[in-house]
Amino acid sequence: MSTGREGLAFLKRLVVERTATGVLLVLLAIILVTGIVNPRFFSGYNLQTLSRQVVIFGLLSIGETFVIVTGGIDLSLGSLTALLNVLAAWFMTHGFGVAGAVLATLAIAACFGMWHGFFVTKLKVPAFIITLGTFAAAKGLAAVITRGWPISGLPAGFSNLWEGMVAKVIPIPVVLFLLVALLAHFVLGYTVWGQHLYAVGGNLEAARRFGIRINRVRMAAYVVSALSAGVVALLIAARLNQGNPTVGTFYEMYAIAGVVIGGASLFGGEGSVIGGILGASIISVLWNALVLLRVSSYWHEVTVGAIIVVAVTVDVLRRLRGQTVP
Amino acid sequence: MKEHFLYAKGIHKRFGAVQALKGVDFEVACGEVVGLVGDNGAGKSTLMKILSGALLPDQGEIYIQGEKAHISSPQDARRYGIEMVYQDLALAENLDVPGNIFLGREVQYRLKGLGTRVLNRKYMERKTKELLSSLRIQIPSLRQRVRTMSGGQRQAVAIARTLLAQAKLVIMDEPTAALGVAEVEKVLDLIRRLKEHGVAVVFITHRLPHIFAVCDRIVVLRSGERVGERKTSETTMEEITQLIVGSKTDAVSGTVQDQ
Repeated sequence: MSTGREGLAFLKRLVVERTATGVLLVLLAIILVTGIVNPRFFSGYNLQTLSRQVVIFGLLSIGETFVIVTGGIDLSLGSLTALLNVLAAWFMTHGFGVAGAVLATLAIAACFGMWHGFFVTKLKVPAFIITLGTFAAAKGLAAVITRGWPISGLPAGFSNLWEGMVAKVIPIPVVLFLLVALLAHFVLGYTVWGQHLYAVGGNLEAARRFGIRINRVRMAAYVVSALSAGVVALLIAARLNQGNPTVGTFYEMYAIAGVVIGGASLFGGEGSVIGGILGASIISVLWNALVLLRVSSYWHEVTVGAIIVVAVTVDVLRRLRGQTVP
Repeated sequence: MKEHFLYAKGIHKRFGAVQALKGVDFEVACGEVVGLVGDNGAGKSTLMKILSGALLPDQGEIYIQGEKAHISSPQDARRYGIEMVYQDLALAENLDVPGNIFLGREVQYRLKGLGTRVLNRKYMERKTKELLSSLRIQIPSLRQRVRTMSGGQRQAVAIARTLLAQAKLVIMDEPTAALGVAEVEKVLDLIRRLKEHGVAVVFITHRLPHIFAVCDRIVVLRSGERVGERKTSETTMEEITQLIVGSKTDAVSGTVQDQ
C-alpha cells in the first residue's frame, strides 16, 4: 500500500516537476520500448541517423531555450532555417567561399535576432507576433530567392560537415553539437548574463528596478536563438549539398516542444540547456521510432502536436499549483 | 540634536488637479526608525517615491548629510544609500536566495580575456549566509526558490538586499500588510536589526500597533500636509489617530482601517 503510494508520488514528481532526471527516464523508456519492438533501432546505421537528427532539433531547442527562459518565444526558427539554408548555398555558389558563406549566413542570422529583439524590447511587440511575421516572411523570401528551385552545386568537401566522422564512428555534427551544448550550458548556468536571463523571465519589473539592462539581455537571447537556426541551416546545406527553400517546416514547433518537454515554462524563468536537449531527443527518438514502426509520416505531426499540448498543460497546471503555495 | 541623514524641505507635488504634497518637510536621523502615517491619499507614498527617486518633486529640496542632493532616478537614490523595499516585494521568484540578494550586482570571478562574466556562486552563498545571520534570519535552504517561501521570508530576503547595498536609509511601504501575526513580529524584528546596524528606516503602514512597536518617531500627513510629529514614547495611538483623521469624534479605535 505505502510503496504504491510512494510509487505514485514518484511518478507525479517525474511528470509534474519534470526534472532532468524524469525527462531522461522517459527518454530511456521510449528507447527501450522501440528497441524491443524493432531491434533495428540499435543498429549502428540507425543510431548515426538518429544522432544527426538529435543534432538538428537539439541545436534549435538550445537556441529556443534562451528565448523561452526570458518569457519570450521564437516562432521563426523553421522558416529562418529555410531562408538561411538558401542564403548559405547562394553565398557558396557566388564566390564567397565556404568560410565567407558561413560567416555571412551567421551574420544575417544575428541580424534577424536583433530585429526580433528590437521589436520585443523597444516597440513592446509581443514576441509571438514579431517572430510569427518572420515565420511567414522568411519562408516566402527563401522561395523568392530560389524561384522555388533548390540551389545546388555547393563546393566539394562542404558535405563533410554533415557526413564526416571523428574517430571513424562519431559524426562531425554530433561533435559540433556537443561543443555548442557545453558552451550553452555554461553560459546559461554559470555566467552573469545567464542569471539575468532567468531574472528577466522571472520578474521583468524587478530585474529593471535592480538595474539590469533588461533590453540588452533579452535582445541577446533572440540573437542566440536566430544563430541556432543559422548553424542548423549550414548543417542542412551540408546534408543536402544544396540550398532548399522547403526545408525546416515545423522545426520551430519541434524546438519549442523539446524545450517545454525538457521542463521549461512558457511563462518564462524556467528551463535548462540539458532539459531542452533531452526534450529534443525525445522528439527525435519518437520520430525515429514512428518511422521504424512504419507509422505514416502524417501521424508524426499529430504525435508532436499532442505532445506539445500535454507538455504545456502540465506546465500550466504546475504553475497554478505553484500559486496556491503560501 | 542628532545629525540628519536626510532632510527634505518644502516638497511640493501636484498630479493634475490634485495637490498631493503641499510643501512637506521631512527628516530622518542616522539609525532612526520613523513611522510615516496618514490616511489613504495623504501623500505618504508620493513623498517616499520622491525620496527614492521614482518621482520628481515640483518644488523643494533634499539634503543628504547636510549637502544638497540631486535625486532624479532610483539609481541616484541608491548612490546616496537610499533603498526602497516595495510593497509587492519585486523579487525574481524563480531564483534562489543568493540569486535575489545579488541580482544586478553579481559577484564574478576575475577571468581576464575570457570575455565573459562568470558567477562566483560560492562567494555569494557564503556572503548571503553572513547577511542572513547578521539579521538573525533563518531560511532552511538558500537554494530554495523564493517562490516557495513565505511572505515573511521574502520580506527578509528583500531587506537583506538593502543590507548588502550598505544602505543608510531603507524605505518600507507597508511591509507588514500581507503577513500573519508571527511573520509580522519577524519583520518588526528585522527593522530593529537594521537600526542596530545604524541604518535609518522609514516605515509606512496603516497598522498603528506596528508603528508603536518599532518606531522612534511618528510623522503624520493629512491631505498633503505634515500635520504632526510625535516621539513614540510621548504619544498614544489615540492621539495619532486623531492627527490622522483630523478630529476627535472619529477616533474610535487605535487602528485606521483601509477604506
